[in-house]
Amino acid sequence: MSEIIPIGPYHPLQEEPEFFQLHVEGEKVTKLDIEIGYNHRGIEKLAESKSWDQVVFLVERICGICSTSHPAASVCAMEDLGGIEAPERAQYIRTIVAELERIHSHLLWLGLAGHFIGYNTVWMWAWKYREIVCDILDKMTGNRQSYAMFKVGGVRRDVLDDDIPAFKKMMDKLKPVLDMFKGAVIDDPVIHARTKGVGVLTKEQAVEYCVVGPTARPSGIAIDVRKDEPYFAYDWVDWDIVVLQEGDVFAKVACRILEMYESVKIIDQCFDKMKPGVVDLHVKELSPGEGIGRAEAPRGEVYHYCRSDGSNFPARYKVRAPSYVNIFSNEVAVIGEKVADAALILAAVDPCYCCTERMVVVDHEKNKERVLNSGDLIRLSHERTKEVRKALGV
Amino acid sequence: MSENLMTWKQIAKKIHDKYDDKILKWHEHNDNRIYVDIDPKDWIEFGRFLFDEFDTRFIIASALDTPWDGMEILYHFDFHNLPQVFSVRVFLKKPKLEIESMAPYIKATEWIEREMTELFGITFKNHPDMRHLLLPDDWPEGNYPLRRDQ
Repeated sequence: MSEIIPIGPYHPLQEEPEFFQLHVEGEKVTKLDIEIGYNHRGIEKLAESKSWDQVVFLVERICGICSTSHPAASVCAMEDLGGIEAPERAQYIRTIVAELERIHSHLLWLGLAGHFIGYNTVWMWAWKYREIVCDILDKMTGNRQSYAMFKVGGVRRDVLDDDIPAFKKMMDKLKPVLDMFKGAVIDDPVIHARTKGVGVLTKEQAVEYCVVGPTARPSGIAIDVRKDEPYFAYDWVDWDIVVLQEGDVFAKVACRILEMYESVKIIDQCFDKMKPGVVDLHVKELSPGEGIGRAEAPRGEVYHYCRSDGSNFPARYKVRAPSYVNIFSNEVAVIGEKVADAALILAAVDPCYCCTERMVVVDHEKNKERVLNSGDLIRLSHERTKEVRKALGV
Repeated sequence: MSENLMTWKQIAKKIHDKYDDKILKWHEHNDNRIYVDIDPKDWIEFGRFLFDEFDTRFIIASALDTPWDGMEILYHFDFHNLPQVFSVRVFLKKPKLEIESMAPYIKATEWIEREMTELFGITFKNHPDMRHLLLPDDWPEGNYPLRRDQ
């Protein structure tokens, strides 16, 4: 007596290319089939026909949200290959850009999650205050997204010292906003009821599926490339890794909110510690060999591997985005949960394979398939929030 | 994963002690990047030893079609809380591109093995689910996008 619900190939919440087939019995999910590859762009093959400098631009286009994580891992891989160390000031600038991106990415996700459970105020506010971050990035790099800042041996643009007080003032505006979200989300009884104990990924499962980032840390795994193998300026500033134990959707939300505080801490220190100096080593060529680069994206570890035969093009370029391992863990996290919660659980890993789904429900008893579109899923989720509100009397 | 109680030196010693005769080459590109070559027939035993014995995380595998008439697979591992990346290299000779699948033992290898099958034409024996991952189901058989000899 089971039914299959298809979600995808565009995830209704985040419009990411993935397809989920939920096998359900009544309202309970019994099995999940995941299909990806709807938007495969052959970046690895394409990288083999680009010069090393162009590869950094190319990988920046893998993801529009965490557009600096891939260049970060990319320059780390190339610098590992060539034994190059970027100047100190460049490392601070890289860290600031990477952390600003983490804040904007987490706010973006928080807004979507809020919308999905029927908290449209959270959605609007999260996106409104995300603008502060985008404005700083715009002023600093020239772009709100796809900053094109990183290059092997440094950064493309220096930060003007005259601009730093203004950036710091804008960062100050962000702190009360984070306090507000912390209060509005972490202390809300309805959000507790909707997300606590929902979509639990246990520590053992997290180890088995080798998940990373804010999918692993809420399950009690203290994993963060910024701590494990400090790159850029992460070793020169003081910050803490956020680890929670519950592994449910709530822990994933809380983890992201608390991480934004750490990012603010990191950025503040980078602005204070930055000293005048060169920002680019003007690297001309890379020697033959292989290099591995890792960077902590908002969604977890980005991993790049490159092989050089001494020419101006990579002989092989391998990219492993964090969602590649995180999405797979949905296979266990969603089992036993309600259909109304499924899309929220699937989105709690903040999937980002290059950004795009529906859901198919298959009822084995009735032997039929029904397709739920974005509107249906959001309606189901909103109805569930209403039920919870009614039960709680709020 | 808990706090890793072993240092990299202790881990390296333990690997050397147990598998010194099976390691064909041990190359340290720098302190944090270690590449080890082993024979494909020893891969399952060695890979399981790494995953079960230490606080290890499987990161990803990357295949490469080489000009030396064969295919290279690199399996990348990370030791929890340590900066080292440990990459195990196996070399498969054409035309028999075949190796035992690690997916029955390390769940996280399932997707990447499916991917390497369709992009490089490597056969992973005893893999639990050999459907296409990235390419469409009607993709012509024997056509591998990342192979250099096609």
